[in-house]
Amino acid sequence: MQTSQTSNVVAVPGKQKKPLKTRGNWKRMLALDAMLLPAVILTLIFAYIPMGGLVVAFQDFKPWLGFAKSEWVGLEHFQYLFSTPEYVQVIWNTLIIAAMKIIAGLIAPFTFALLLNEVRSSGFKRSVQTMVYLPHFLSWVILGGILLDMLSSDGLVNQALGALFGIDPIFFLGDGNWFRFVVVVSDVWKEFGFGAIVFLAALSGINPSLYEAAEVDGANRWQQTLSITIPAMIPITIVVGTLALGNVLNAGFDQIFNLYNALVMDKGDIIDTFVYRVGIVDGKFGFSTAVGLFKSIVGFVLIVAAYRLAYKLANYRIF
Amino acid sequence: MYYKSKPYKLFTGLNYTFLLVLSIICVIPLIHILAVSFSGKAAANANLVGLWPVQFTLDAYDKTLANENFLRALWVAVQRTVFGTALSMLIVVLAAYPLSKEKRQFKRRNLYTWFFVFTMLFNGGLIPFYMLIQELNMMNTIWVLILPGAVSVWNMILLLNFFRGVPKELEEAAFIDGAGHLRTLFSIYLPVSLPALATLSLFAMVGHWNSWFDGLIFMTDHKNYPLATFLQTIIVQQDFSKVTVRPEDLENISQRTVKAAQIFIGMAPILVVYPFLQRFFVKGIVLGAVKE
Repeated sequence: MQTSQTSNVVAVPGKQKKPLKTRGNWKRMLALDAMLLPAVILTLIFAYIPMGGLVVAFQDFKPWLGFAKSEWVGLEHFQYLFSTPEYVQVIWNTLIIAAMKIIAGLIAPFTFALLLNEVRSSGFKRSVQTMVYLPHFLSWVILGGILLDMLSSDGLVNQALGALFGIDPIFFLGDGNWFRFVVVVSDVWKEFGFGAIVFLAALSGINPSLYEAAEVDGANRWQQTLSITIPAMIPITIVVGTLALGNVLNAGFDQIFNLYNALVMDKGDIIDTFVYRVGIVDGKFGFSTAVGLFKSIVGFVLIVAAYRLAYKLANYRIF
Repeated sequence: MYYKSKPYKLFTGLNYTFLLVLSIICVIPLIHILAVSFSGKAAANANLVGLWPVQFTLDAYDKTLANENFLRALWVAVQRTVFGTALSMLIVVLAAYPLSKEKRQFKRRNLYTWFFVFTMLFNGGLIPFYMLIQELNMMNTIWVLILPGAVSVWNMILLLNFFRGVPKELEEAAFIDGAGHLRTLFSIYLPVSLPALATLSLFAMVGHWNSWFDGLIFMTDHKNYPLATFLQTIIVQQDFSKVTVRPEDLENISQRTVKAAQIFIGMAPILVVYPFLQRFFVKGIVLGAVKE
């Protein structure tokens, strides 16, 4: 150990200036390639090969005929999708539910972070955080099971509403409008705490001397919030908001699938659940792939646009 | 100081109350389900249980743990979580290291990065993926639960950002001592990245434990269902035809307290790792989101 340390000290000065273009270096790069190999192979198989499978979207695909022999139908599936009112309704449902989630999912964590930031007792703050982050880690199977139980006509929620306000049981998961409401509220409930983490990080990065200066100038806390805290949160809010735009066709498959039923299909069915039913359950591979492709393309455009926008507006990059 | 003013004191009182109520709302459903699972059958069916067990009994847990379908699903879930997390971490660590190098050191770095990032932006969608799994004859194997999700690009990015923060001097010293890349990764980078690795492993574990959809579509034989898929069929779809045969099992499994017990056992591992998770994830999220 001691000797190698000494040899380091001697070797360092000459080594640092040397250009990296040597044969040893070329070999070292091959080692780096080798380390990437498992990830590359798995990605090729499970991510890139299915992209090739998208040709099915332009075929009247029959499993027994395969890709090569199935009949080509061009854009027929897409025309069918956009000319059938029920299917267009599915796209609308997706957009409406996703948009409501995006807006509520931005306001709730923002407000929560602001309120939590006013808490001065760190013990209380930590306890609140522990409890509100928890639902994020539970799956929609678990939470769906709990909600089905609690929101049933004789469940805990209806009992409480009946006892407090004397109203008749509400059919939360059997009425389309209530269903959308439940989907958005339960999504906010599950994610607002976790979503607040980035806002809290931005809040803790505010320079305390700004508040001290405002204090000297006689600003009260509300004025400080308006002119220091909120402006400091604008960049991260723009980032979170624009990146959320990439999700405008992601209304949350796991959640909807575990909560919906035949009664709320007209207002609760979204693209992802539709693709599952038509494709995997009914076996119409061609048509459902086309619907999926439509979603993938729109999603791609939106995500790329969102990242560019986030980069332009707030100088945000992921890597 | 502002916090000594009267209006602010009033606000503080209201604020604490509001946050307390909010926190309680976040955990109340879990407490309710726990209370139901420990209650007597009659009390639960008559909706007498609120947040505290009525006619306390362990009957629901006895029945759940005597159900071989449940235990089999639990075992599949444990297997996929352990092997899936281990494999995924190995692959992600091996890939994040080269990608954390500068272009000067590794010319093809950007090419590889885009190769991976593109899969985050665009994908073939559900149906082509489903057809691929059928073609590969992976239906009803444990591999379908482990391999496709093993390359987590998001984890890779988090880890490569973390690796970049490791002081270059450490690496240079290792190279001069004659260590290759693999050695440098395992004896220099990994020991200093333990918090990041712990965070990512915990996230991977939670992800595997909670995954249910892959089990639902790729396991045609219910005997291969992981626990999350099993719970989805029993509790959400309420489809008992797939998972039980004996009539006496049917009665037990559809009982409300038994359902509650199954839900609780389903989330228990998450509750166990949650304190550890919480210690790390705030750092992990912030690392990915608000980089300097």
